[in-house]
Amino acid sequence: MRPVPVPARLLIAVTALGGAACVLPVVHTPGIRWGAVALLAALYAMCEWLTRCPFLGERAPRSMGAFFPVLLAAIFLLPAQAAALAAVPGALLGRVDQRPVAPRRIWRGGQLALACWTAGQTHHALGGRASLGAGGAPDFPYALLPAAAAAAAFCLVMAVLDGVILAAVGGPGRRLATFARGAGGGFAGSLAPTLVHGLAGLMMAVLWVSPYGPFAALLVLLPMYISYWVFEQYHRERTAHQATIRALVQAVDIKDEYTRGHSERVGKASVLIARELGMPDDRVEVLRFAGILHDVGKLGVPTRLLRKDGPLTPEERRIIELHPEYGHEMVRGIGFLGEARTAILHHHERLDGSGYPYGLVGRQIPEFARVVAVADAFDAMTSTRSYRRARPVEQALAELKRCAGKQFDPQMVRALVRALDRHGWHPTVTADEPAPPRLPLQEEQLSRPTATGKAP
Amino acid sequence: MTRRAAASPVIVAAAGAAGGLTLYALGHTLWYGLEERGIALAFGILIAVGELARWGGRGAPGAVAREPAPLGAAGALAYALLGESGGAPTHHGVLQIIAVVAAATLAGAVPHVALGRGPSLDHLIRRILTVSFAAVCFQPLYNSGELQELVGLGPWYALWLVAVLVFTALCDAVLSAVLTRARTHWPYGPLLRDELRALVGIGSAVGATGAVMSLAVAVAGLWALPVFSAPLLLTQLAFRRYAAVRTTYRQTITSLARATEIAGYTPSGHARRVAALSCAVGRDLGLSEADLTVLEYAALMHDIGQLSLVDPIPAGATALLPPADQRRIALLGGAVVRQTGVPSDVAVVVERQADPYRDQPLTARIVRTANAYDELSRSAGPSGMLTALERLRLGTAHDYHPEVVESLSRVVGRGV
Repeated sequence: MRPVPVPARLLIAVTALGGAACVLPVVHTPGIRWGAVALLAALYAMCEWLTRCPFLGERAPRSMGAFFPVLLAAIFLLPAQAAALAAVPGALLGRVDQRPVAPRRIWRGGQLALACWTAGQTHHALGGRASLGAGGAPDFPYALLPAAAAAAAFCLVMAVLDGVILAAVGGPGRRLATFARGAGGGFAGSLAPTLVHGLAGLMMAVLWVSPYGPFAALLVLLPMYISYWVFEQYHRERTAHQATIRALVQAVDIKDEYTRGHSERVGKASVLIARELGMPDDRVEVLRFAGILHDVGKLGVPTRLLRKDGPLTPEERRIIELHPEYGHEMVRGIGFLGEARTAILHHHERLDGSGYPYGLVGRQIPEFARVVAVADAFDAMTSTRSYRRARPVEQALAELKRCAGKQFDPQMVRALVRALDRHGWHPTVTADEPAPPRLPLQEEQLSRPTATGKAP
Repeated sequence: MTRRAAASPVIVAAAGAAGGLTLYALGHTLWYGLEERGIALAFGILIAVGELARWGGRGAPGAVAREPAPLGAAGALAYALLGESGGAPTHHGVLQIIAVVAAATLAGAVPHVALGRGPSLDHLIRRILTVSFAAVCFQPLYNSGELQELVGLGPWYALWLVAVLVFTALCDAVLSAVLTRARTHWPYGPLLRDELRALVGIGSAVGATGAVMSLAVAVAGLWALPVFSAPLLLTQLAFRRYAAVRTTYRQTITSLARATEIAGYTPSGHARRVAALSCAVGRDLGLSEADLTVLEYAALMHDIGQLSLVDPIPAGATALLPPADQRRIALLGGAVVRQTGVPSDVAVVVERQADPYRDQPLTARIVRTANAYDELSRSAGPSGMLTALERLRLGTAHDYHPEVVESLSRVVGRGV
């Protein structure tokens, strides 16, 4: 656990004091409906507490920390000081994943109190409370304006404070850049969700002051809660999916153990080339998978051949050269891989047509396959194999340049050279890293089935 | 199979009721004209848009298959339960509600039908019948003014709406289970249980949104519709992404399972057939949906341990190996499956697939029996089905669970 840096401590103290200054005047404010404050505070605290509820265990949602519709409803319904007060118990109770816990809770309490207070003042300044129509009809569409302004103000304060604390925790240099990145990114990323939450909060507030009362307002929370819960499931399922892809790759790596980490590194090199070519993010992501999975067909090649030391007979070579087709056959059903599937099939094609499996020439070879071919060759040369030591990066690049035009696409080779100039090559999966958990895919000798009547 | 199901009296009766009701309602509404056209139009547009934004095909998993157009469903329920609008009472009756909902749903479905992925018949039947039910529970009471005398226009009114919605949702669950039962002959109890369980998820979101919309329109007028549609679209987006990742995940697992086929360890299509058969048997035995997912993943990956073998077993048929070897492959497979991030239940099924049935969980019994059936029936030639079933029955003393074998013979007899 790192000690909290001094600037961060100061900042936390200042924010907490600021939050307290926002909340404390509530004592002298006349006409506060304490019942509503207590109900909203309890509701928000319950939402936050659910994230670490011991009874739900593994099924407890994680990301409820951003459960803002309740807070926004409080901002619309209550005076600014009371709204800030309603946020505090929940903020102090919420789930904190990283240590140290206490400063983070205090920070969050102060941050939310300040944000709620600012948003509440914005809302009241624009005449928001009158537009909710207590006792009469709400003033739509005007009511949307103060609500949207308040949601934006809330979002802005949260993002700015996030940026400040990031800059305070980070190192002494480049504080301004850290601040700008944290605040700007935070604001851009959370504005749209906060506005949608603002709509839900507005609906809650309108129903709350209507004759139907708080019970009707609580109904608004149900669909919101469920969408959080589903997003949670989504993330869980996605993690599981990534683990499955990793299992596929590990299975190959362990079958062919000299090339451990090769797949991941080819994925990385492919991404470097793709970014240099200016591909959009979704294609880069698919290309990463193409690089990672390019050798998945080796699962179909007998382990004996993959590990053979010494020269291969033509027959053995022919069997190994089937692996792109095996791989393509395996991943054919995975819809999201899209173009990556063609890369898996064609990553051993050469520009002059002497490659396999189809001997395609030049532009006939799909773009992804041309990228993966360069990345594959580059990593093969720069990593240690059983029969030779790793070559230095410069030598490998020279070799690639020599073969550009005949074997490799010169455009891809140039892109790799430029990318390495800019970022360097830091393969993370190397021999000094602890071995990954082993899959039991080593050769296992099995007594021959008695049905065939043969001894092992 | 489908032809026989389409002729099932239950479905004919339900479709007849829904269709007749719709025609009568449309005719009545056309003859007497619409009350409060603006409101009818606004809700009609909302329902049609919700229907347009429907997701997934018919083969989609879980919640998506159950409620493919949540926004449309919520809009329809809100219209059925609409009392006031912007503080002024409305007068539309049950028949107008049915006519508007049916017309809007069909209008929104037109582009989907053109693309060949229109709503299923069950979906339409359920939409019409549940909306009619909710409207019959609410509108006559409201329009006659009795409801106002009974509960007033305060919190009790909101509570009454929620009660009607809960009741409607229960009826919808029963109807849905009956329709699925008529189509597939799966046992009724587990179907109903799965439907009721799903009410907690998407069902309650749709119901709550319907209630909120009708109350919000009562307070704020039609402005409430776009304002509250945005949060529900968020819910819809969440469900859609969840469904997408589920589909991808399943595809990846299927690919991993195909590795053994491509490596020549098992005959092609074996894993897929065993998975389909296991799921059919699981349904027949009344497993829950969560268990069925575990069963499917485990059945797909049950042979993955064979990747560790140097030499393939002839035809990949593990059922004929000595028990000790079967168990060893099973353990190796379990270890691979544990790395894949699937729930650990799946790994347990794969590990225990070769144990005697008395030591196995039910899911592992099913995988073992389905696997043996697929291997035996293929190795025995044209009369393979009967030979395989006979050999399975002979093995019920120790290896195969008698009930699972009987269920399997029922499933196979039905022609899955």
